[in-house]
Amino acid sequence: MSVTVSESRNVVQRPTKSTPARLKILLKKVFNFRSLRGVVSILVFAALWQLVVYYKVPYLKNLPYPRDVAYDAGTAALTSDYWIHWGKSLMRIFIGFIAAQIVGIPLGLAMGISKTFKQFTFPLFEILRPIPPIAWIPLAILFWPTRELSIYFLVFIGAFYIQVINVIQGVSNISVNLKWAAFSLGAEPKDIFWRILLPGSLPSIITGMTVGMGVAWNVLIAAEMIAAKGGLGRTTWEAYTNHNIPFIVVGMVSIGLAGSLCSVLVRWVGKKAMPWTKKF
Amino acid sequence: MPGTMKSVSSFSQLLKALTGIALFLIFWEVSTAVLHLPRFSLLPNPVSVVKEWFSFTPVSGRSIFTADYYLDIAYSVGRVMIAFSLATVLGVSLGLMMGWNRIFYDFTFPLVEIFRPMPPLSWIPLAVLILPGVEVSVVFVTFIAAFFATVLNTLLGVFSIDKNYFLRARCLGSKPIHIFTNVVVPGALPFIFTGLQIAMGIAWLSLVAGEIIAGQRGLGYAIYEGYSLFQNDQVVYYMLTLGILGYISSAAIRAVGRRLMAWESRRRGI
Amino acid sequence: MADGQQTPGAISIRHVSKIYDPEGVHVEAMRDCTFDIAAGEFAVIVGPSGCGKTTLLNAIAGFDNITAGEIYLDGELISSTRHQIKPNVDRMVVFQNGALFPWKTVLQNITYGPIVQGRMSKKEAVARAREMLDMVCLTGLEDKYPEELSSGVQRRVEILGALINEPRVVMLDEPFRGLDAVAKTVMHEFLMQLFCASPRTMFFITHDLDEAIFLGNKVVIMTTRPAQIKKIVTVDLPWPREHSIMNSKRYIDLKREVLDAVHEEAKKAFEAGEREMA
Repeated sequence: MSVTVSESRNVVQRPTKSTPARLKILLKKVFNFRSLRGVVSILVFAALWQLVVYYKVPYLKNLPYPRDVAYDAGTAALTSDYWIHWGKSLMRIFIGFIAAQIVGIPLGLAMGISKTFKQFTFPLFEILRPIPPIAWIPLAILFWPTRELSIYFLVFIGAFYIQVINVIQGVSNISVNLKWAAFSLGAEPKDIFWRILLPGSLPSIITGMTVGMGVAWNVLIAAEMIAAKGGLGRTTWEAYTNHNIPFIVVGMVSIGLAGSLCSVLVRWVGKKAMPWTKKF
Repeated sequence: MPGTMKSVSSFSQLLKALTGIALFLIFWEVSTAVLHLPRFSLLPNPVSVVKEWFSFTPVSGRSIFTADYYLDIAYSVGRVMIAFSLATVLGVSLGLMMGWNRIFYDFTFPLVEIFRPMPPLSWIPLAVLILPGVEVSVVFVTFIAAFFATVLNTLLGVFSIDKNYFLRARCLGSKPIHIFTNVVVPGALPFIFTGLQIAMGIAWLSLVAGEIIAGQRGLGYAIYEGYSLFQNDQVVYYMLTLGILGYISSAAIRAVGRRLMAWESRRRGI
Repeated sequence: MADGQQTPGAISIRHVSKIYDPEGVHVEAMRDCTFDIAAGEFAVIVGPSGCGKTTLLNAIAGFDNITAGEIYLDGELISSTRHQIKPNVDRMVVFQNGALFPWKTVLQNITYGPIVQGRMSKKEAVARAREMLDMVCLTGLEDKYPEELSSGVQRRVEILGALINEPRVVMLDEPFRGLDAVAKTVMHEFLMQLFCASPRTMFFITHDLDEAIFLGNKVVIMTTRPAQIKKIVTVDLPWPREHSIMNSKRYIDLKREVLDAVHEEAKKAFEAGEREMA
């Protein structure tokens, strides 16, 4: 289709973004008023922390000094033990979480697609769901032959319910019109599944993964504190029992970092899987 | 007759639900008590669980006919209520302020984002160290968990409000306080209530873990105690009790939400 | 305000330009627009989609600043590059997809403005609102929530909610867009009735050319981006207007004039769009 270009109006052209221009925009994003305020608040917080311990404010005086925490963090990061704990925790999250996806996504899809199936299984599901994952610990320890397996199971429980709920929601959100449009184009049920239902419920699957990751991480830490050998949760708890107070904070921060890392990873997967969505 | 059709279909739904549950119970009973399958035989079976739960003289000393059972429930529910109420009041306030005032947001958001990913349970050692008494630290950890979830959802709620409502309110000569009470708060309510339900679930989660790790009395503690005393039946029906309480508390929040957001229910035709 | 008979609400736009700069990309939305709207006049703005009509509305309403030129209301400078007016009841806006607060009833929505400004007590505002609803035959809806009403009714309620504040200028951004043709005729009658009862300056944006000529004293045709004033057509049809007027020769002539101008701009916009994609 040829386009007749009439006498060009004086439309302002968009400048092509060269690398220095891009860099400038990026820098502007990072260093500006707003991030300055954030930096200020963090500094104020650190200062308050220092002062509160120094002046022996009741209750808070037992906190470790920021400097000690930083020192412990530095030395720990140089030991291999520290990173082994990272590895253990990450491995547990990885296995439990993936298992929850493997079981949860198909189950959710089945419940979302087949009303009958849902009517049979959903009530049971809803009864078991409010039971906090931690409460499963004794049963899990009894059932699984090894301690590690029971921890994977607990992480699985954490992420599983969330995923199923989200997937069910995702399937129900798919507009009926899409299915009808596909049928009128000659699609078969299996096409509907692979081409419409699966991609259509992808956003909800990703949401389920993002939220589920948060909960799974929570469960992991608790499980480690209670019943594991090694891992970030365990070491933090042991720091407490050994009265190594600065390391408690180091442990907490490490856990937070590891958790954030996993969340970022899940979000990245989400972005890759759904290139058509615009993230805000 | 439409009336009978409806009751027939909901009856059949009930039947299917019960069938699903029954099948599960049968599977459970068979795998533990009848066939004694390898790992399953270590688990308590449903029949003995129910017997213990409803017995007048339970081996573990706790059943629905003993005072200790209700004492445990009272401890746990009490802790959750305190932590949750505090988290709601502080969390919603903080979330609303952050959503509404950009400067406030700039100052507080980085701190919130640093602390939010830290699992509430990782706070336990520190909390036990600082706070007076184990009771307070368990409630504190539960509070932290519910708090951050509430803040986040409230924040999202404020951000979700269509800009045009703000513009219209400004056109009509609203002062900032009017905008806050007439646009920000009602506009964020749907998200806030979703957040509260999530926070309630998280609160129970954290409470149980807190009770296991550091508590005395309460459902979580009793579960672990039961486990260590080989009272596996008690473990199971305490788990179910937790499930029931969790469901009731979420339903209560939903009910309050429906009342406060009459416009939403009318829209959905409830 | 010494001679109380003079209707307020005269708008003057002088050489107004607006340049957006999101992410370093220079977008010129309006360039050098100049025109006047007399007090009590019903001005209709038409032009291709996305050409900048809403930008102009935002500038006058005070939602956004301008990068060049001045805007005057009744001779008073209200917006320039150095000073941006805040949104105010003087220039009341009715939004495109409706902005009635979903959590307030019809009555609460209408009475919100006067109460919050302190102009009327709650009792007075409610009485006035009921009066207005009665005048346009919408009684009985006071305690309904907006979502329970049809779009046509919602729009009317929102317009009442704007008019109860006695604004100098009422700015409507395609308020009847998306309504079917039947509903639109009712809306037009409704607006006519209110306008004739108490005339005030109207700034009405639309795509519907029939609507534009039927409702307006003056049709302002804008070009594609960057928006400029292409043509102003004075609609000298007599008031009050009935739908039969759409068959008159004068109406048809006016429509041809407006349609030709708009079509020319629409073609340019279309080609510009193609060029951007190519």
